[in-house]
Amino acid sequence: MPWRLLKYGLKSSHDEPRFFPESRPLKSHYDVVIIGGGGHGMACAYYLAKEHGITNVAVLEQGYIGGGNTGRNTTIVRSNYLTPEGVKFYDTSLKLFEDLSDDFDLNIFYSTRGHFTLAHTDSALRTMRWRAEVNKHHGIDSEVVDRDFIAKEVPYMDLDCAGHSPVMGALYHAPGAVARHDAVAWGYARGAYNRGVEIHQRTRVTGIRTQGDKVTGVETDRGFVSCNKVVSMVAGSTPRITSMLGLDTPIEIFPLQACVSEPVKPFMDTIVVSGSLHVYVSQSSRGEMVMGASVDPSVLHSTRSSFDFVEGLTDKMIDLFPFMSRMKVMRQWAGMSDITPDFAPIMGKTPIEGFYLDAGWGTWGFKATPVSGKTMAWTLANDRNHELIEPFRLSRFTDFDLVGEKGAASVGH
Amino acid sequence: MKVFDCPVIGRRPISEFDYVGEVRKPPMDADEASWAAYVFNRQGAPGLLREWWYHRPTGRWYVMERDTLKDEVVRFIDLEEVRYDIPA
Repeated sequence: MPWRLLKYGLKSSHDEPRFFPESRPLKSHYDVVIIGGGGHGMACAYYLAKEHGITNVAVLEQGYIGGGNTGRNTTIVRSNYLTPEGVKFYDTSLKLFEDLSDDFDLNIFYSTRGHFTLAHTDSALRTMRWRAEVNKHHGIDSEVVDRDFIAKEVPYMDLDCAGHSPVMGALYHAPGAVARHDAVAWGYARGAYNRGVEIHQRTRVTGIRTQGDKVTGVETDRGFVSCNKVVSMVAGSTPRITSMLGLDTPIEIFPLQACVSEPVKPFMDTIVVSGSLHVYVSQSSRGEMVMGASVDPSVLHSTRSSFDFVEGLTDKMIDLFPFMSRMKVMRQWAGMSDITPDFAPIMGKTPIEGFYLDAGWGTWGFKATPVSGKTMAWTLANDRNHELIEPFRLSRFTDFDLVGEKGAASVGH
Repeated sequence: MKVFDCPVIGRRPISEFDYVGEVRKPPMDADEASWAAYVFNRQGAPGLLREWWYHRPTGRWYVMERDTLKDEVVRFIDLEEVRYDIPA
């Protein structure tokens, strides 16, 4: 990197090589069409090409790469889930994340921080113990810690929470990390493109053609393309895609909002979550405090943000960090979360042959980016669900075999 | 949408209401798959959605039809419209 800096620093102009080219005409047929050019879609394309040699693949994205929930999350990566199925799945993801910068030859700024989930009540502490035991059983670094430990690791926090909801302890997950979300999508996209995958931005899918119960192609605003397999990886737009096929799902869309403060000097190197106060915060590498809360209360297909959100969030945040009352909120935004009843994703095959789902990512999608891409690529290549995602199949709802993950959602919903 | 223009109690801030979700009618006599669909599946896609809202201060339930793309209440529904008999 210093050589590059020197080389370009001494030139008056230079062309930075493009990650992937401007759009080209669509081909008439692809083996696989991936709907959605976010992290998940790009990761799936990457692993299809890299691990299964399937390169006649098109990724169709209605906007631009990583412009949806991939670029709207608060970039936290962790694996301290509640169910054994979830723990195994997210831990595989975390391990893949750790090697991504090397795989891509692109710095994703993966930064291991340590993740605290605060407990303010006996019942919250009981859930933390439960999670810690499940985590440890699966070899994950996760433990319940007391106030002294928290005070040492997060020295600026008011553990009495202004007196009204004192912190009793926390679930501490040392491998908890943050990463640069755009770079994850771009790294996967470049890797997929270099292996022959076509990436079509500003290409909206308007319909899916079927014959009998089998997919034959997709209609787009740039014309029809035939294909053998279609996978929907569109998070908050999932019901729009499934309704094209008349496929009912339990997914409901709720906006999830977040905001960042003005940048300040680094003072917090951990990630702090409070399920009881419904807030979480970490400090970005630029110094901004990245803050979020629970989803909006009612269904809405919109990325509008609201003053109510900032008001509610900061009210709680200054209980934990009183000095933050002097900081200004710099930006706020929202994404559309596709929430499922059991807070686990919906992945794999569907009743329609050749149509696959990677959905139900609610508020937990970014951390699953690598493992979703990898397991969905395997599922597409082998036409059966990868063992890691079998528990997340759509048919779990008709089998009454849910994966209750609500207790591990970052904040109460 | 921060205020509901309610035909019974007038304009009230939305923060006074709890969102209870989509209005659904249970299948009275159906197989397990239909029951699972009733219990779990939702409309999902954007459009007009009939949903329950509970007004906490007065303890009263309302059904509204709301455009979930624009976040606008289209109309309040008479509860008679969503009433159904439970078989004895």
